[in-house]
Amino acid sequence: MSWFKRKDKGIQTSTEEKKDTPKGLWYKSPTGKIIDTKELEQNFYVSPEDGYHVRIGSKEYFEILFDDNKFKELDASLESKDPLKFVDTKKYPERLKAAQDKTKLKDAVRAAVGKSKGKDLVVACMDFSFIGGSMGSVVGEKIARAADYALKNNIPFMIISKSGGARMMEAALSLMQLAKTSVKLAQLADAGIPYISLCTDPTTGGTTASFAMLGDINIAEPGALIGFAGPRIVRDTTGKELPEGFQTSEFLLEHGFLDFITLRKELKNKVNQYIDLILNQPLRA
Amino acid sequence: MEYLEFELPIKELEDQLQKCKIIGEESEVDVTETCAQIEKKLSAAKKDIYKNLTPWQRVQLSRHPNRPYTLDYIRAICGDTFLELHGDRSFKDDKAMIGGLGKIGDQSFMFIGQQKGYNTKTRQYRNFGMANPEGYRKALRLMKSAEKFGIPVVTILDTPGAYPGLEAEERGQGEAIARNILEMTRLKVPIVTVVIGEGASGGALGIGVGDKVLMLENTWYSVISPESCSSILWRSWEYKEQAAEALKLTASDMKKLKLVDEIIKEPAGGAHRDREKTFKLVSNAIVKSFEDFKNLSPEDLVSNRMNKYLEMGVFKG
Repeated sequence: MSWFKRKDKGIQTSTEEKKDTPKGLWYKSPTGKIIDTKELEQNFYVSPEDGYHVRIGSKEYFEILFDDNKFKELDASLESKDPLKFVDTKKYPERLKAAQDKTKLKDAVRAAVGKSKGKDLVVACMDFSFIGGSMGSVVGEKIARAADYALKNNIPFMIISKSGGARMMEAALSLMQLAKTSVKLAQLADAGIPYISLCTDPTTGGTTASFAMLGDINIAEPGALIGFAGPRIVRDTTGKELPEGFQTSEFLLEHGFLDFITLRKELKNKVNQYIDLILNQPLRA
Repeated sequence: MEYLEFELPIKELEDQLQKCKIIGEESEVDVTETCAQIEKKLSAAKKDIYKNLTPWQRVQLSRHPNRPYTLDYIRAICGDTFLELHGDRSFKDDKAMIGGLGKIGDQSFMFIGQQKGYNTKTRQYRNFGMANPEGYRKALRLMKSAEKFGIPVVTILDTPGAYPGLEAEERGQGEAIARNILEMTRLKVPIVTVVIGEGASGGALGIGVGDKVLMLENTWYSVISPESCSSILWRSWEYKEQAAEALKLTASDMKKLKLVDEIIKEPAGGAHRDREKTFKLVSNAIVKSFEDFKNLSPEDLVSNRMNKYLEMGVFKG
């Protein structure tokens, strides 16, 4: 004798009548932990169960770093062109359009100036959701201009890297952005203005071969992938199995390429503590 | 001499010409007329083939096994004056990156470049021209040493990329390249850069920031090799020709995009067809470039160089 008896065979509910669970209520971390998204947001987008730092974008980082989420965005209108008329399986302008529609962003970096713990800070933050955070002309130019703003106004500068590297669809133009951004960092260095590089998951290729590794301090979030060649390429080239934790933040710290690893919830404090210390000014509470 | 696939018609005619000459020497038959005809055909074929090279054919020429490599240029240009210098002073001596002092005329230069091998053994020894972090650090050490004594720097680019190895990552390949790029933007002596073969991505730019960047006619320079580009964007190795096309990686494309300053024309058929002439052309181009900068103050030199790189990029808004 069963508790329930199916009167009709098969599923009777029509597709339109089926009830959907609203999207975005839950987040599943790579270790399989399920977290309420509201809770995740309140915890700096870090899974409270396993400490996993969820990939976030410029919107969230600005919220974390700037007091009361107040900031002025710099050069927000810059957009990519298609100087090479690049076509692979898709046309580059189509890829750009699709990325813009999907992300509501203009390109893979946003720059802003605002108060962080009461003092000005210029932040350029990459968005991985926009064509893998790839660096083309716009990313290079916006970072250069943000650095220039920091230079002219004598404000500490920070770049948050989150990128697969240079943007192939702008080929050598992308490559030269490594030099362009480095020019501005050299000028900042000559002027004695602190530059902080935060590497987040992932930071690879051209970003690692330029600004991500050139900070007065290089810091990272826990567990981020950071490297020049991606792990797949290294494995294919060398034919060796990669050691556990290869190219993670902890690996780079161990090999001497990071000053420290910071939890996201401590990021704002740590960055400002460094600035106060290196500029020999009173520590902010 | 080895021939690429698209050069085979030339090989055929050259063989014919050779045979014809031998017949002329060994017998009483007058071959002058026939030889002249073949020569005419040959020069027409050469013109036809080399005039319309596709980007992919240029990539193939840039990797031609008979093409001269960095040390060939330096030895030809500097003769006995060249003194090779080794080591990064912290880890080891990278054989894929060579450097040293040499003279052109009365002027000393610091030469730095990636080095490829010419047979299996030396190719391995030179790691196929793929430098490790210590190579870039050796290059930087030599550049700083040149700066200290006011010696101009010549960098010679020929690499399929920085080595993507496990140990290279451990020792900070990205950091080494990044550091070089930054320091080169503000080095207080003139830097002349010559691309003699392959200019692949960060591995090339890691010694490639210059006041004047010259490309030999049959070389390529881009953010990625056509093969890797094909494998990533097309998810197959089969589209290297299209990728070479799309990347706009030839010398003339790079000049049009204002990412390099000048093209050095090669002898017909490529640098390897007349090595001596190529060496002379490159030597002259280095001297001429240096002339443009030798009287600039270090401040003007650096600020011009910085402005040049700040202008690179195309965007709207």
